[in-house]
Amino acid sequence: MGEWWTTVPVGTSMGNYEISSISHVTMSPSRQNNLVSMQSSLSLRSSYNGISAFCTEDTIPQCISYINQELDSLGLSSTCIEASSLEGADLKTVPALNAMYELMQIHRRNMCTLEELEKEQLKKSSTLDHMQMNNSRLKDQLELSIREKSGLHETERQLHLKIKTLQSCLKTEKDEVQKLQSIIASRASQYSHDAKRKEREAAKLKERLGQLLVDRRDRKLAIDVLNCLGRSDGKRSHWKTTKAAASHEGEMYTSLLKDYEVSQRSLMLENAELKKVLQQMKEEMIHILSPRRPSTRGDNADASQEQADSDGEEKVGDFSRETLDQSCEHAREQLTNSIRQQWRKLRNHMEKLDSQALQVQNQLESNKEVIPRETHEDEMERMRSEVQQCKEFIHAQQQLLQQQLNTSFDDETAALLNDCYTLEEKERLKEEWRLFEEQKRNFERERMNFTEAAIRLGREKKAFEEDRASWLKNQFLNMTPFTDHRRCSSSDGQSALSIRSEPEMRRSSTKARLVTSSTHTTFSTPKPTQSATVPSTTELYRTLRLIPDSSSSRHSNRGRWQESSSIEDGDIRVKSRNRVRCGDLSIFSFGEDENSLT
Amino acid sequence: MNFSEVFKQSNQLCKVSPDGKYLATCVQYRLVVRDVSTLQILQLYTCLDQISHMDWSSDSLFILCAMYKRGLVQVWSLEQPDWHCKIDEGSIGLVSSRWSPDGRHILNTTEFHLRVTVWSLCTKAVSYIKYPKACQKGIDFSRDGCYMALAERRDCKDYVSVFVCDDWHLLRHFETETQDLAGLEWSPNGCVLAVWDSCLEYKVLLYSLDGRLLSTYSAYEWSLGVKSVTWSPSSQFLAIGSYDEKVRILNHITWKKIAQFEHIATINNTKAVVYKEVEKRPAVGTDELSLHNLTIGTTLFNTQSKYEICPPPVQVPVVKPDPDRANPKIGVSTLAFSSDSRYLATKNDNMASVVWVWDMQKMSLLAVLEQTSAVRCFQWDPRHPRLALCTGNTKLYLWSPAGCVSVQVPTEGGFQVQSLNWHCSGDTLILLGKDQLCLCYMDTDQEDKKTHKNTGLENKWIT
Repeated sequence: MGEWWTTVPVGTSMGNYEISSISHVTMSPSRQNNLVSMQSSLSLRSSYNGISAFCTEDTIPQCISYINQELDSLGLSSTCIEASSLEGADLKTVPALNAMYELMQIHRRNMCTLEELEKEQLKKSSTLDHMQMNNSRLKDQLELSIREKSGLHETERQLHLKIKTLQSCLKTEKDEVQKLQSIIASRASQYSHDAKRKEREAAKLKERLGQLLVDRRDRKLAIDVLNCLGRSDGKRSHWKTTKAAASHEGEMYTSLLKDYEVSQRSLMLENAELKKVLQQMKEEMIHILSPRRPSTRGDNADASQEQADSDGEEKVGDFSRETLDQSCEHAREQLTNSIRQQWRKLRNHMEKLDSQALQVQNQLESNKEVIPRETHEDEMERMRSEVQQCKEFIHAQQQLLQQQLNTSFDDETAALLNDCYTLEEKERLKEEWRLFEEQKRNFERERMNFTEAAIRLGREKKAFEEDRASWLKNQFLNMTPFTDHRRCSSSDGQSALSIRSEPEMRRSSTKARLVTSSTHTTFSTPKPTQSATVPSTTELYRTLRLIPDSSSSRHSNRGRWQESSSIEDGDIRVKSRNRVRCGDLSIFSFGEDENSLT
Repeated sequence: MNFSEVFKQSNQLCKVSPDGKYLATCVQYRLVVRDVSTLQILQLYTCLDQISHMDWSSDSLFILCAMYKRGLVQVWSLEQPDWHCKIDEGSIGLVSSRWSPDGRHILNTTEFHLRVTVWSLCTKAVSYIKYPKACQKGIDFSRDGCYMALAERRDCKDYVSVFVCDDWHLLRHFETETQDLAGLEWSPNGCVLAVWDSCLEYKVLLYSLDGRLLSTYSAYEWSLGVKSVTWSPSSQFLAIGSYDEKVRILNHITWKKIAQFEHIATINNTKAVVYKEVEKRPAVGTDELSLHNLTIGTTLFNTQSKYEICPPPVQVPVVKPDPDRANPKIGVSTLAFSSDSRYLATKNDNMASVVWVWDMQKMSLLAVLEQTSAVRCFQWDPRHPRLALCTGNTKLYLWSPAGCVSVQVPTEGGFQVQSLNWHCSGDTLILLGKDQLCLCYMDTDQEDKKTHKNTGLENKWIT
């Protein structure tokens, strides 16, 4: 038992000395007493050497007295162990048991407190650990922040340094700039001075040169006119007199005056126009503002004040209207004032209207939330009934179908139906046959056209060959020494080459006639690229009028060689129609047409 | 659209008489006068040397031919072919020669701008005007021919002298508030004189006829300033193009800026139509040498072009100017109002292939014409709102509010249009090549029965 007491403090003191001392302090005084008594009893213990040797047959009374003493010291004076006989070894059982019980009780209590204390100890130690950890962490943090702080201090110092250097730089730069500015200024002044000097020198030189030229009596300097001309206005020239000078002045001033009059007139006109507009605006403002007054009866004071205001204004307005025709000088202020007032009112009105509109909108919005629900419900109801109706309808149809199916098993009706179907089939076949026949006929016709066209092409080719031969001949003749003669023959603007191009010319001229009908800036264009490309089949077909063209019917009575131009004519016509559609702009782009053709 | 034959010409000297009846062209030292309608030669004059400048008198009766190298001016009469006049400026030299508005005086500017010599053809009298300033536009006559404004430089200061053209009486002489006057121009109504400073300073001054300063306008300081100035034909607007790639429009009442047109490389304006010229070479195959190509001749070897409309945003090609060079190729150098003052065409030098057309009623960008090469010249039709331009190739380009068109000039030998001039009637256009010229007849409502080659070619109007 005594070992418990000694070992516990030792165990705790292993961790930290200070804390162990604290735990000593917190010990209850009773325990301290206990400890003291224990220490006092140690002497006994050492003499008896163990519990087994505590009590022998001989030492029972001493033991009893000792125990009694001990019990007294423990405050258990009430229970006193007595020997049943003076020297008997037996004890009175009751007090002994009581004492034992008491002791047991004490022991148990002590154990309990011990346990509690241990728990507390554990808790304390864990908190201690935690605290220590916390402490170390905080220490780390502190260190870190200290380090950070020093770093920041360092950077700050560096920045300060930098600022200082920059400032010095700036200063030097500023100085530089100032210096440069002064240099520039001095240079500029020097330059201007020099320039002036040079100019003066140049002027002097010019003067000298002029003088020299005059002195030398330059013989060459002369005018040589066959006979003098009359003045352009037919009058004789005047002498230069002061009168003439005065007349010039007068003329100048009259012309100036004229100009000022013109400008004044235009300004007056403009002014009158503006006045008119102003007046109209004013009237309209009054008109707009007047019907509002009864409507804004809401706040009486305001309305009455407004009324007074507007009455006053109207008076002013009338007044200004009267004075408007007078000099602007008087009217201007009043007019502008009244306009300003009216404008302010109008603005207020507008603002009010705005706010009203906003309110109304809000109301509407709030209403909207209510109304839609009802309408929604109505709608739902309606839809539901509709769905019901539809369902019924479908049902009825199904029934009818069922009935029909049932009845179609009748042979008679089946035959009848079959007949119907075959008849229909026959009709269709007949129709198709007819179409087929028609197509066949078309094909025949097309083939005929084709052969015709081929013949025509052959003929054209022949003509072309002939033309080429003639052209080559011409060319050849041109190269011969008889050129002069030849050129004479072709000098009327048409060369041998251009004979070949006659169709082109004619075409362009016809086109030009078509195009120029509406504008001053349209140009005819033969397109080298588009006509030079190999025609596609569709084009050929169109050329041969196998595919019906909108314009082909109009050209049906044309000569054969013109056939090839019908496309372009058609195009032009389309274009011109487009042009007509877009009004008098008369502008169109060839780009698209080109794309469509090539 | 029809084209005439090609005629020879030299130095691009080719002018239609003010009455629109005659066409004068210079070929080396010969002056040829043709009837505009028939193109038949009416007169042929021979000058003493190669002609470097030619001009019609206002009454279309006389033609002045200047030979600057020899300091000579010869005048020819259309009515009296025998009449002749020769003015010799002698050793003092000659740099510029012009008619006075009455057509009876000739103003010669001598070398080094020593003086302006006024020769009278009526009295053979000669008078001198000293101290003329050598600048962009130092002399301007008012539209009615009454007054002449002359920029002068004395004692390192700028002056303007206003003369009465009738008898060369000095009406007004005043100092201008300019550092270095660059030019002056009368308003079309002849009552306001616009004077602008050199490009080193943005300054435009407006003087009344009697020498009062009406207003001064300066948009900004320090950087290069005014590059071009133009009055609208109505005298209502003064357009100022400057090195900052903007055009500023001043009004004629307050002389304040009412609009500013910026030439931005990326066009985001959805209301403006961007026409882009697209070139395509015709694919020449062996079977393509058909009649068509033979008749058209040279066009076979030319590229065709048409306009395409580009939807915004459009990036306009920009050339960055060399900052080390003087007179940088940047800023608005050319401004032209249409005859009805409704449109303004501009060209920004660092976007040389683009012409901008502005609507003066809406004060906004109306159209942008992006060409494949640099625009050489553009001019408005004197009658209709129609703009003709050329880019030094074989095509002529026309813009009107209705659309845009590119026309191939159908001449042999590749006629490259370097410059163009409208006839005063607005239905004929004179196209000038390097040493050739050609007349282009616009289609009029009446079918003209002229004996010109009817060779309308590549034409694509685009709306």
